[in-house]
Amino acid sequence: MDPRRTARTVSDPKVRQVGFFTPAPPERSISDPPRFQDPIQPPSPSSTQVNDQSPSGNSLSPVMIPPAHHHSDNFLRTALQATSPPKAFSYSAKTVTIPPENEDVASLFSPGRKVVSAKSPSSFPGVKASSVPASELTTVSVVNLPPGISEKAGGASVEVQNDRPVSAKTLKEKTSKAERRALQEAQRAAKAAAKAEGTKASSAASKVVTSANTKPSKATKPSSQKNDGSQVAASEKKGDDRAPEKDRKKDAPHPRMQYDDKSRVEKAKKRAVVKQTEARNRVELFRHLPQYEHGTQLPDLETKFFELDPMHPAVYKVGLQYLSGDIRGGNARCIAMFQAFKEAIKDYSTPPEKTLIRDLTARISSYFLKNRIAKLPLALSESEAKSTLMLDIDRFINEKIILSEKVIVKHAVTKIRDGDVLLTYGASSVVEMILLHAHELGKHFRVVVVDSRPKLEGQLLLRRLVRKGLSCTYTHVNAVSCIMQDVTRVFLGASSVLSNGTVYSRVGTACVAMVAHAFCVPVLVCCEAYKFHERVQLDSICFNELGNPDAISKVQGREEINYLDGFVNQENLQLLNLM
Amino acid sequence: MDFQVVVLAGGNSKNLTPLVSKELPKPLLPVANCPVLNYVLHQLEQSNLKDLIVVVEGEDAALLVGAWISGTFIDRLHVEIAAVPEDIGTAGALRAISHHLTAKDILVVSGDLVSDVPPGALAATHRRHDAAVTTMLCSIPVSGPLESGSSGGKDKAKKLGRYNIIGLDPSKQFLLHIATEIEKDARISKRILHAVGQMEMRSDLMDAHMYAFKRSVLQEVLDIKDTFQSLKEDVLPYLVRSQLKSEALLNRTPQGEENSNEKVSSQNNQAFISRILANASTPSFHGLYSENPDGSSSTRKTHKCCVYIASSSSYCVRLNSIQAFMDINRDVTGDADHLLSPNNIIGPSPKLGTKTTVGPNCRLGEGSEMGDKCQVKRSIIGRHCRIGSHVKAVNSVVMNHVTIGDGCIIQGSVICSNVQLQERVVLKDCQVGAGFVVTAGSEYKAESLAKKEK
Repeated sequence: MDPRRTARTVSDPKVRQVGFFTPAPPERSISDPPRFQDPIQPPSPSSTQVNDQSPSGNSLSPVMIPPAHHHSDNFLRTALQATSPPKAFSYSAKTVTIPPENEDVASLFSPGRKVVSAKSPSSFPGVKASSVPASELTTVSVVNLPPGISEKAGGASVEVQNDRPVSAKTLKEKTSKAERRALQEAQRAAKAAAKAEGTKASSAASKVVTSANTKPSKATKPSSQKNDGSQVAASEKKGDDRAPEKDRKKDAPHPRMQYDDKSRVEKAKKRAVVKQTEARNRVELFRHLPQYEHGTQLPDLETKFFELDPMHPAVYKVGLQYLSGDIRGGNARCIAMFQAFKEAIKDYSTPPEKTLIRDLTARISSYFLKNRIAKLPLALSESEAKSTLMLDIDRFINEKIILSEKVIVKHAVTKIRDGDVLLTYGASSVVEMILLHAHELGKHFRVVVVDSRPKLEGQLLLRRLVRKGLSCTYTHVNAVSCIMQDVTRVFLGASSVLSNGTVYSRVGTACVAMVAHAFCVPVLVCCEAYKFHERVQLDSICFNELGNPDAISKVQGREEINYLDGFVNQENLQLLNLM
Repeated sequence: MDFQVVVLAGGNSKNLTPLVSKELPKPLLPVANCPVLNYVLHQLEQSNLKDLIVVVEGEDAALLVGAWISGTFIDRLHVEIAAVPEDIGTAGALRAISHHLTAKDILVVSGDLVSDVPPGALAATHRRHDAAVTTMLCSIPVSGPLESGSSGGKDKAKKLGRYNIIGLDPSKQFLLHIATEIEKDARISKRILHAVGQMEMRSDLMDAHMYAFKRSVLQEVLDIKDTFQSLKEDVLPYLVRSQLKSEALLNRTPQGEENSNEKVSSQNNQAFISRILANASTPSFHGLYSENPDGSSSTRKTHKCCVYIASSSSYCVRLNSIQAFMDINRDVTGDADHLLSPNNIIGPSPKLGTKTTVGPNCRLGEGSEMGDKCQVKRSIIGRHCRIGSHVKAVNSVVMNHVTIGDGCIIQGSVICSNVQLQERVVLKDCQVGAGFVVTAGSEYKAESLAKKEK
């Protein structure tokens, strides 16, 4: 590859130390020693028995900064490991990449989508005897349509693509690769979901597990599930659709594209739906991340609104909302996506000469759904199959998200005692529910909401908490070391927990966790099991997303302090908005 | 994408007499030798919108437009023409065809819009916010000829009338106020001001007459308010005014749909999901307003009125006055020539006499003949025109089948089809209606000449 890369690998360990490297904490035993003998941490040597090993261990692996383990009865996952410093929400991290492949990603609904509409699809407006006499539609120009024009006239809801049936095949083949790739990027939620599927049986009830706890099940279950899933799939659709096959390949942690690898970037560009203009001044350390000129993608995608016809409108809408940041947070994104898929399935009708199982898998690229579709018995009628799928989606949302949140809340509330001062960072939906529930139970505690520019998500959380009558303190992350003295517990949300125990969350979370660690404050991470992922990630900076640099160089609504106006294009200025 | 497109082509327009007539309805008025409707249809075709309903005022006009469309867009678009009676306004026209509307959202485009703003952008904005109505705003075009300020006082008066007063929220995504004319006082709902906190009033934006409506809302409004005549002056302001106190009916339909979707999941879970989704996004002022102080969302119904502001680099003008007609003709041949659709390429080049010069930004239709020593600058000349020698045409539009005698001088004028200009006619800033005969040697300045209706 290019020489810069190799140089980088050498310097990597040093780089990683940049992260959140606390030298071995002086005093260690905040929680009772017995808890440290936690048997559930075998795989990573540096994290077992942290107390005594860690200081010396640093020289060996500077990456793994041993966290203090404040395990309180198997529920609390303690301080973040240093490997997971400023992580983007993995979902929001995808905002950049989703739409490019959105066309492929998201359930392509194209050919002959004859809408099942109750409104007499065969009524030809020109002929239709309408109650309003004023306007008779006269068809003056007609596109040559092979099958029944009369069906078409109903209006726009009946979109017959005359050329689709012919080209659908080739089209599909063309996009299938990108589709797969896209899936990986965009439907992390779904993937995590599918994974969690494996652990479902064991951990459905106990959603809150320490990461260590899930490791064994991770190791075994997903693979077995994967296998049988693909076996079924492979046997059922050997012929034209190899999706599950490739899916499985991709299922192994996929090395994400390094954006400083020029040839690959070129290739990826050709596939993308959204035009991506590279930013000019890039921060050297983060060159491997996708660096796109902000603000060019959204208008571009918008322009193509009607051209991406095969996509279902609901799916498009979700993609648009992802890209514009209208939906934030893993759970919300996951739910929104599944609801869009549900819409898509509802409006789907199998084109003639195809079977639902094969056709729909080609259109929907969510691992979870593909699996489900593949497992449908062939004998099922179309409407039955659709309702089964929709039920599956509902069940997924209910079991994986709603139920698990309830369990987390129920459990976590027991950790809140009267007089506690709880600190939270950003806005996590689970943490919010915990706080509200504890408040409803009549516990007396104080909340510190730590926030950071430029998103200021904490403010929204704060707004809702204060409205419910909680006593809150609001501060920015700069002051976290000062405020931490008072705090008795830190509650954090996470976008993902990886199989080596790394927690993946909003950028800045690690900072808060490390400070808490330094002050010997227990840190509890609340994460639903469907967000667990078997990937192992050592580097903290390889999956971040870069945000709009304007967001940090400008202050909204305060033009008088925008000192950096006109500096943005200066060659010696590099702005880094890590998200 | 579940969008239905309605093109409001109009019929006879009073603003454009004498250019338009019974024989030449407004949609077919040639702009650079190509009917104005073509620009809209071409643009929609580019955006892959091939199912259109074109609404024309008047039966005769509808026949003409229909004939033209079927000739031009055969095999390319699926167009349905609806004829509506004249003078029922844009809202009336929509009301007349509302039973044909079935899609979730309706895109309403004015047939006289010459623009390169992709309709998809508007539609995407509409979808993203799940708005009741989204309107496109564009900056007010620079009016008047590039050269001397020769535009008459009449035009200036018209220009003033076209101003819109538009109120936007700080994020420039929502429409808070819209008034068409400059009035002495503008009424702004206190409720809206209070909810938003800050409103930006702009007069440099123009409503481009491209709207996306939620179908249920549109039909509801058209049904109830049967006095509404115009989309722009009645329906849109009404929706904007009532966005925070929208009658329950406006919100009823989407909610009903949602519930029917989720028969399976219990109501409790439903609330849970919607709360997660609601908390995930930064609430717009609509959301904040509809919340009660204690956090529970109340029964206050709101709907969103969004705007899509076209970037200043894009071209977007409506052909609604003679001045605009001149401007568009000038721009389409000059700066914005990318708007010309490919089928507009000049045919076999016209015959030119000796020493005849044709300057830049000109367009000559096929089969036109010009005599010796003519000068044509920044002008458009239609098909099969016969132009004598020593003719000067500057900043003018000459339509088809026009005969111009020797020694005529035409400046800043529009000459419609089948006009005969006899020798040595001097026209400055004139409009000559179809079939008119200008006698030899006459001079006119800033007049509009048309055949008397018999």
